[in-house]
Amino acid sequence: MSEELKVPTMADCMAAGKQPEVLFWVGSAGSYDDRAKKITKAFVKILNKANVDFAVLGTEESSTGDIAKRAGNEFLFQMQAVMNIEILNAYEVKKIVTCDPHSFNCLKNEYPSLGGEYEVVHHTQFIENLIQLGRLNFEGETLKDKRITFHDPCYLGRSNNEYSAPRNVLGATKANIVEMKRHKQTALCCGAGGAQMFKEPEKGNVDINILRTEDALETKPNIIATGCPYCNTMITDGVKFKEKEAEVSVLDIAEIIVKSMNL
Amino acid sequence: MQYILNVIFAILLLVGIGYFASNVRKLIRNIKLGINVDRSDNKSLRFKHMAKIALGQTKMVRRPIAGFLHIIVYIGFIIINIEVLEIIIDGLFGTHRIFAPLGSIYNYLIGSFEILAFLVIIAIVAFWLRRNAIKIKRFLSAEMKGWPKSDGNIILYFEIVLMFLFLTMNAADYQLQLLGANHYVKAGAFPISSWLILPFIDNLSETTLIIIERGAWWLHIIGILIFLNYLYFSKHLHILLAFPNTYFANLKPTGALNNLEAVTKEVKLMMDPEADPFATPVDDAESNETPVKFGASDVQDLNWVQLLNAYTCTECGRCTSACPANLTGKKLSPRKIMMDTRDRLEEVGKNIDANKGEFKEDGKQLLGDYITPEELWACTTCNACVEECPVSISPLSIIIDMRRYLVMEQSAAPTELNNMMSNIENNGAPWPYNQMDRLNWKDE
Repeated sequence: MSEELKVPTMADCMAAGKQPEVLFWVGSAGSYDDRAKKITKAFVKILNKANVDFAVLGTEESSTGDIAKRAGNEFLFQMQAVMNIEILNAYEVKKIVTCDPHSFNCLKNEYPSLGGEYEVVHHTQFIENLIQLGRLNFEGETLKDKRITFHDPCYLGRSNNEYSAPRNVLGATKANIVEMKRHKQTALCCGAGGAQMFKEPEKGNVDINILRTEDALETKPNIIATGCPYCNTMITDGVKFKEKEAEVSVLDIAEIIVKSMNL
Repeated sequence: MQYILNVIFAILLLVGIGYFASNVRKLIRNIKLGINVDRSDNKSLRFKHMAKIALGQTKMVRRPIAGFLHIIVYIGFIIINIEVLEIIIDGLFGTHRIFAPLGSIYNYLIGSFEILAFLVIIAIVAFWLRRNAIKIKRFLSAEMKGWPKSDGNIILYFEIVLMFLFLTMNAADYQLQLLGANHYVKAGAFPISSWLILPFIDNLSETTLIIIERGAWWLHIIGILIFLNYLYFSKHLHILLAFPNTYFANLKPTGALNNLEAVTKEVKLMMDPEADPFATPVDDAESNETPVKFGASDVQDLNWVQLLNAYTCTECGRCTSACPANLTGKKLSPRKIMMDTRDRLEEVGKNIDANKGEFKEDGKQLLGDYITPEELWACTTCNACVEECPVSISPLSIIIDMRRYLVMEQSAAPTELNNMMSNIENNGAPWPYNQMDRLNWKDE
């Protein structure tokens, strides 16, 4: 299947004298992490299906610096930002879509004052738009009888007030969407943010991802939907810890759409 | 005699308000110890934000029980303060119930004050039970032991005593009106005090009633002045500071962290191909400034809005009760971050007072002596604390500024984070993968 993926790079486009309508910012997790790569590919399938004119930076992409910034390393963040902005501006990028809410937040809110002003959307917003424009058709009802609960990523929800796009997209699958007791503004973090993904947690009595997975499992879901590669890893680990991986799958919204459209 | 009482009243008022004003000056000076940050933009949006959050209490009601009780006390105190205006005029000019000629309007006013006072009493009893009898987790955290716990209760005692004094004063006044005592014009409606207090005093003599009425009147206004002055030493400052604090709050998406300008300068210099790396610093006016410190290790490194935040915090603990680190037993408590910041700021302020207006190095700082790195590193930057705060405080911004100090000034990040950062530096990803492999996923 993967050989069918069409993934042009900005360099290709430039050589062909074309300007794609949107840049897909893959992000470090989406590029290197085995689990997150599946999300990246699912999103590309959707882009291909909807005939979206997009491109990636490929090897010219580098970490946004978001994690470094949250770890307190403002130097490293700004170095990364300035380098990325130079490349993005050289390609005259106007619009960016990404599957990673951390990149989304960073590009959208923290790049402008350093000279990088783009319209930045999260992939759930992008997919919502494709559905609204009728560019994605949902004929299959593969997920009709499934219970899906959505875990709000902090950097999409609380940090940027986007709660409806992921829910609207999930709604299009005709699945039964159930909410956890903590959701939207009160959603509990998966435990990965603020550079926690890359370190051992401080001493406590339970890991955050376990607590969050318990929230999700309380809704008796078939699928726990995520909108962030880091959340996905954390909740997947939580489900394994709870030994529920046979009954409950943890999928990104892009993967759920692919499943529901039988792509 | 009457004349002397008016003078005593005026002196009390002056002393009460004067001492409060001197503390307010101190408070403003301490807040100004923070570094500058521009919040003079978006005036109309800021007013709206303040009207909605501080005046309108929209975030309070997210927790319905506490929110409802709080609104009763809030409305009660604002409205009953109209009565304080009358008390001050009466006290200064020796009048009695100066607004009485308003007639039926006056009756409505006094009647509604009484009903509100009664509701406030009920709310305060409920608050006291929540703090002391019902084991609500957010009131039992480690940082709430000792003074913060007493502070919370003292405020409730103050309020309940003030309410009872108000009702006692009214009940005695009412009885004196019924007895036709001199000066006690028939005015006001007493829907609460007439059954709650009156039965206890209705067979007392006129003289005794006058003593009770005057006693309650004086104690009520003295109580209010003491309470006013208590604010500066208490978490209760929020009744005033909630307004400026919401006005000056960050209005950008909460996910946006500020970009340090000092760093931008350095980065631009580093990226500038024209810049001479071996150049000696130019000795211009700019280089005479003390070199900027990256991040914050003490209160003077925080900005004035963060310091205002610290004084505004009323230690309700909604932040801590939503913090994923705290919920999973880690040491971090966003409320403690705010309490520590205020405590340290007060300590710095006292140091300045004791040293003729200049801060003398005391060998202490916010980082380490108050807030430990363990707390700072437990934060997931999820913004739950910021979202929860009913008065727009951001504990997260302080945590980030202190992490910045740890990392950029002390290179004191946890080892795993140092590895992550050197990966980003070397190959543009938090993991040790080659940048040239970034697109490999396409063909896998």
